[in-house]
Amino acid sequence: MLELENIKKVFFPGTINERIALQNLNLTVSEGEFVTVIGENGAGKSTMLNVISGVHPADGGRILLDGEDISRQKEYKRSRHIGRVFQDPLKGTAFDMTIEENLSIALGKGAARGLTPGIPRAAREMFRERLSLLGIGLEQRMKHKVGLLSGGQRQALTLLMATIVRPKLLLLDEHTAALDPGAADTVNELTTKIVTENNIATLMVTHNMSSALAYGTRTIMMSEGTIVLDVSGAERGAMTVADLIAKFAEKKGRALDDDKLLLS
Amino acid sequence: MKTAYELGAIYAVMALGVFISYRTLDTPDLTVDSSFTLGAACSAVFALAGHPVIGLLVGFLAGGAAGAITALLNTKLKIAALLSGILMMLGLYSINLRIMGQPNISLARAANIFSIADKIPNGKIILSTGLLIIVVVALWLFLNTKLGLALRATGDNEHMVRASGVDTDTMKLIGMAVANALVALSGSVMAQQQKFTDLNMGVGMVVIGLASVIIGEVIFGTRPILRRLIAVALGSVVYRAVIGAAMQLGLPASDMKLITAVIVIVALALPNLFSGAGSLKKLSKGPVK
Ligand SMILES: Nc1ncnc2c1ncn2[C@@H]1O[C@H](COP(=O)(O)OP(=O)(O)OP(=O)(O)O)[C@@H](O)[C@H]1O
Ligand SMILES: [Mg+2]
Repeated sequence: MLELENIKKVFFPGTINERIALQNLNLTVSEGEFVTVIGENGAGKSTMLNVISGVHPADGGRILLDGEDISRQKEYKRSRHIGRVFQDPLKGTAFDMTIEENLSIALGKGAARGLTPGIPRAAREMFRERLSLLGIGLEQRMKHKVGLLSGGQRQALTLLMATIVRPKLLLLDEHTAALDPGAADTVNELTTKIVTENNIATLMVTHNMSSALAYGTRTIMMSEGTIVLDVSGAERGAMTVADLIAKFAEKKGRALDDDKLLLS
Repeated sequence: MKTAYELGAIYAVMALGVFISYRTLDTPDLTVDSSFTLGAACSAVFALAGHPVIGLLVGFLAGGAAGAITALLNTKLKIAALLSGILMMLGLYSINLRIMGQPNISLARAANIFSIADKIPNGKIILSTGLLIIVVVALWLFLNTKLGLALRATGDNEHMVRASGVDTDTMKLIGMAVANALVALSGSVMAQQQKFTDLNMGVGMVVIGLASVIIGEVIFGTRPILRRLIAVALGSVVYRAVIGAAMQLGLPASDMKLITAVIVIVALALPNLFSGAGSLKKLSKGPVK
């Protein structure tokens, strides 16, 4: 499904501020696999997702999605097959537009944006049905501005928008980090439900180590722009947060250095 | 009062254009100052040749082209939006002079879309109101199409628009073209209404447009979108009435630009002085929504 081959990303190359964000990054994610991604601050997790989605072009290597090389494609083109939810709840929706208008824009993925009605009747019915599946009452607020929603409601809506046209790949970058614990749990549960029901290959970055093990089918840990740990199956099933921390120390020859990661 | 209304209705088309460019480019578009004159210049030249209606059409299209170029400067050449507009404003000034051939043109004896209207009572008002209603309805329908929704979202949140598979560069191109086409159409009609075209008639137009948008949205509200379009149009009429009143008080016409600037400054500054006025606050912090 997704193949990253030797991806490299350098910010400000050739200057004193040069930052190698990704190097020797190789990753293969297969159909329906739900990968959680952890790592210290600055490990390159967000950059990896941004390079996959085309926000930043890679400086080396290839990205294959379903066998197609998308390394040179523009961000908006890649979006047709890649759904995204960002950390910042403000980033995923147009706040001055209504819920149904936002959904309609997301539903237009891949289709021509012509002079046909923005929200046909049939689409409205579908929106209502899909919103009610979120179970948070948004189906009764379809004509409300998104700006009136709470962070958790917005992330749930963004999640629906990212998957309303089934993507080949779903990228979630700490999409529950800005939410209070209750809302974070709701959005995490919804994520699992949507991802497993639709069998979508997913990369989910989280700072919460127990979430990383609790959700998904595989966990990778990044450090200094590459993957240092990759566990799945029975090995992962038996793993605790303490095991993860010990594994990291073993690989890197030092302790994990990230308060946020350790405290969670 | 009648003329204030008539002028307000014609300028309202320009204000609606300014409204659209705020939505899509997120920045005051200074192209407006010159695309207004561009429309007037095209209109004047064709009117003199006996084709006033074609003049409006050519003005409309020329304005659209100007807006498209501003968008391309911004999206393809990566020149800041504000500077792209300033560069187009400057460049178009020379082009406008070339089109007109001289700094001003009198249309006193030229064919005119208003000459037919003059034959019926209140014909001018009916004609300019009719044109305004057509523009408002067309924009309302347009902004509710799939394309229109994507365009509106571009002014709101580019990330989300790109994440939905839409090329935001294309949206800016379309938005800026539509915006400046409307501005130029307004200039085209104004030339024939005033029977006069001047190279400097567009100076300060973007601020007048902004004033109309702010006045309209504050007085008449912003949602839903049809209400907002009507609000902007009425804002233009109110603005003209204010200017008309100032002139009645004996202020010279040359002071009107200062008054306009003060109106905009006050409207933008008020919420920062008295926090709590939500709708105004949003206006001063960011693009008109
Ligand atoms: N747009 C950018 N411009 C310059 N440098 C960047 C940019 N984005 C990321 N970097 C740098 O690349 C490195 C990796 O950053 P990245 O944001 O991918 O880390 P992360 O693993 O997501 O960290 P966090 O857990 O803090 O979100 C960092 O050194 C960061 O400073
Ligand atoms: Mg990050």
